[in-house]
Order: sequence, then structure tokens, then C-alpha cells
Amino acid sequence: MADKIVVISCGTAVATSTVVARAIEEACKEAGISVTTRQCKAAEVRQMAQGADLIVTTTPIPSDIGVPVIQGLSFLTGVGKDETLKQIVEALSD
Amino acid sequence: MSMSSLLDQKAIVLKMAAKNSTEVIERLGGILRELGCVADDFVEATLAREAEMPTGLPLGGEVNAAIPHVDLEYVKRPALALATLKEPVDFQNMVDPSEAVPTQLVIMLALDQPKSQVEMLQEVAGVLQRPDVVDRLMGASTADEVFAILDSPQ
Repeated sequence: MADKIVVISCGTAVATSTVVARAIEEACKEAGISVTTRQCKAAEVRQMAQGADLIVTTTPIPSDIGVPVIQGLSFLTGVGKDETLKQIVEALSD
Repeated sequence: MSMSSLLDQKAIVLKMAAKNSTEVIERLGGILRELGCVADDFVEATLAREAEMPTGLPLGGEVNAAIPHVDLEYVKRPALALATLKEPVDFQNMVDPSEAVPTQLVIMLALDQPKSQVEMLQEVAGVLQRPDVVDRLMGASTADEVFAILDSPQ
């Protein structure tokens, strides 16, 4: 089965998305979900999200991209991280 | 590569008295520029980025944090700068820029290779996620104390 594609968007595609991508990769591995992550800046997300299964973002992005969006701040702050992981695994498990 | 290996003693400012987030960014960015870690326009670029895409992070407790940073092109040598503030100043919330987050812990990130520096970034996230570490940092009065806190076994 093909990998699920998750686009991780943040401000500069430097710091935040790196941490979030790593956390998602590890969590998906544990949940047995094969996933490929793509990091991008918020400005690039519409393009990068073509063909993706999920977008996880830490900065506001347009809501009409047609791919489900989950907010990923909890991977940085720890607040609500388990809940976010549950949402992500659910979204990728269909 | 650990947080403390990227933190020069001079880039740690504790119990800083600042009027606003601009002052904090100017001060920490200025130190990094003097240390030769960032370009001359790093401060300006960081302020512009913060205005457009803020980095305030509500941590759920008394102390909130901000992680100002900007594109790699402004970084000459990777480095961190850390400030604890005597009184909170407002940074805007990363996920909701219209919301102000009263912030007392600021970690400025000047990184040029995020993919190879991911462990260090995870260390920063780890600090933010541990209220006991945040509290100890807020109580520190010397750079040595900060290094001891960051290097103590988690």
C-alpha cells in the first residue's frame, strides 16, 4: 500500500515543521502507518498539498485546499499532544 | 549537538527588563550579531517575520514562551540565544496571530541546517514541554545555572 502523504507547514520550514515532522513520523511508525512527510512554508502549502492525505500546520493557512488540516502546535508545546496524535492517526487510518 | 553547545554565555540574558517583544528580539539578535553568528540584517528580518508569522507559544501554565527565528540565509553560524524576562511581554500566538501571549521565556533560534539540527530542536521542544524545567530556567540568575539545567539528565 502506498505511503500516506502528510504535509507539514510552518512559517519558515526551518524549525517548527522539523520537530512536527519527526514526531509524526515516529507516531505513525508506532501505529503501523506508512507515512511520507513533506515540509513547506505556509505560502507554499497549496501547491505542496496536491495529492496529500493530510496537512499538519502550526501557522494559519487557507481553509479551502481540499485536504484535511490538523493544527500541530501541541507537538511543540506538549499541550494536547496525545489528542492531536489520535486525530492524526484517525485521519490517516481510513 | 545540544542546546548548550549552541548557547554562548553572552547569549544568555536572565531576568531581562523589556518593554515589548521588539526590544527582546533586538537585544538577543544584537548579541548574536556581535558574536558573528548572524548577518547584519538578521534582527530586521526576525522582527519582520515575527510581525507576519509570530512565534508565541502558550504552554498552559504561568510561563509562556516564544521562539523567534527566520530563514537560513541570515545565519552565518548556528546559535541560540535565551532570555528570561522579569515581566511578561506580549508575543502573538503562532496559530492565532490575533491572540497575544504574555511571554517570559524567549529562545531565539539561528539555525542553518534544520534537518541535521533536529535533535537540538527536539531538545528545545522538550524544554517547552516540561513545566519543571521552565520554572528552573525562570529562577536561574547565572549562565552557569542555565547550562546546568539544560545539561541535567532528563
